[in-house]
Amino acid sequence: MSDLIAIFLGMALINNFILVQFLGLCPFFGVSKKLGNAVSMGLAVTFVMVIASIVTWIITRYVLIPFDVLYMSTVIFILVIASLVQIIEMFIMRTNYALYSAFGIYLALITTNCAVLGVTLINNIQKSYSFPESMAAALGGGIGFTLVLAIMSGIRERLELADTPKSMKGLPVAFMVGMLLALAFSGFGGII
Amino acid sequence: MTSFIKEFSKGIVTSNPIFVLALGLCPALAVSDRLEKAVWMSLGVLFVLLCSNIIISAIRKYVPNIMRIPVFIVIIATFVTIISLVFEAFVPAIFDALGIYLSLIVVNCIILGRAEAFASKNSVKDSIADALGITAGFAVALIIISLIREILGTGGLAWGDTAIFTLPVLGDHPLTVLALNPGAFLVIGLLLALFRWVGVTKNE
Repeated sequence: MSDLIAIFLGMALINNFILVQFLGLCPFFGVSKKLGNAVSMGLAVTFVMVIASIVTWIITRYVLIPFDVLYMSTVIFILVIASLVQIIEMFIMRTNYALYSAFGIYLALITTNCAVLGVTLINNIQKSYSFPESMAAALGGGIGFTLVLAIMSGIRERLELADTPKSMKGLPVAFMVGMLLALAFSGFGGII
Repeated sequence: MTSFIKEFSKGIVTSNPIFVLALGLCPALAVSDRLEKAVWMSLGVLFVLLCSNIIISAIRKYVPNIMRIPVFIVIIATFVTIISLVFEAFVPAIFDALGIYLSLIVVNCIILGRAEAFASKNSVKDSIADALGITAGFAVALIIISLIREILGTGGLAWGDTAIFTLPVLGDHPLTVLALNPGAFLVIGLLLALFRWVGVTKNE
């Protein structure tokens, strides 16, 4: 059990997807201008990460390893993620339209989010996690992702009002905020 | 020939993928701490973008519109798998250093963006020029960032295990933070601001 907590905290804080592993930067700089949008996007990514980790773990364990075709993982995983996102989108649209109108546009963007493909590759290829371990990693990664997206959006809402130099407006100052957040998160380095 | 040169040069300055379009930022931040990694990553992107642009523009008339994105992704993923296996076999040290970022070329917005915006609408020749230009722009950006981060962050420049040069004072007291994660955000943010300030790229 303590292993699972260590993996969860490690993925959420120490090896944070955005600030340490630089995965999923497009939503970090693109979507994170409003707190509500940022949290919705983060939760949608977490949800897809967990489902994708379940499916890719099963595929790795019962298809890729027995047939010795682990080198095909990139092709298989991206297809799994793309079709999963489509299925989830259709399912949510039919069952809960209110949820769909809140999450819908983010789901389409998730297919090309490197954090989702990243977590499946880390779980199955780089670390060869067991099933509970990969669940902890996916959940931790997703929650860490949501956390940083939410922090960033709060800061950017305030930055809109700040008097930044003309050349620094928009993306450059967002990078500066990213730098400060990365410095702050590097303080988590020693907790496990 | 003029259209070839036009398509090529546009990728380096006016639509530089990193500094102007701000696409493909994940690898730009992740593998730019050493010059060597930046160069090999650029070679990987060159291979994948060139091959996928050629194939996609060659088959553009036979792919039904509704199926185009899945088809593009499978083509791109195939070439990424090929280049990963090649790197693993011939330059294993680089393969280990690049880690999952080599596989993640699949979801790099630059590659799918060029397939969708350019190769699926233009001839094979123009698509080759486009791929070369965009990769050159990507490589130039990555090399500038990695030179700054490696020289200031480690106090010298190294290729493999051999040091090319070491700076007199910085060699003993390097600005290590630039080679670490916060340094990636700092260097790229300052470069973006610098290019806007001197007018290479437009303000928002």
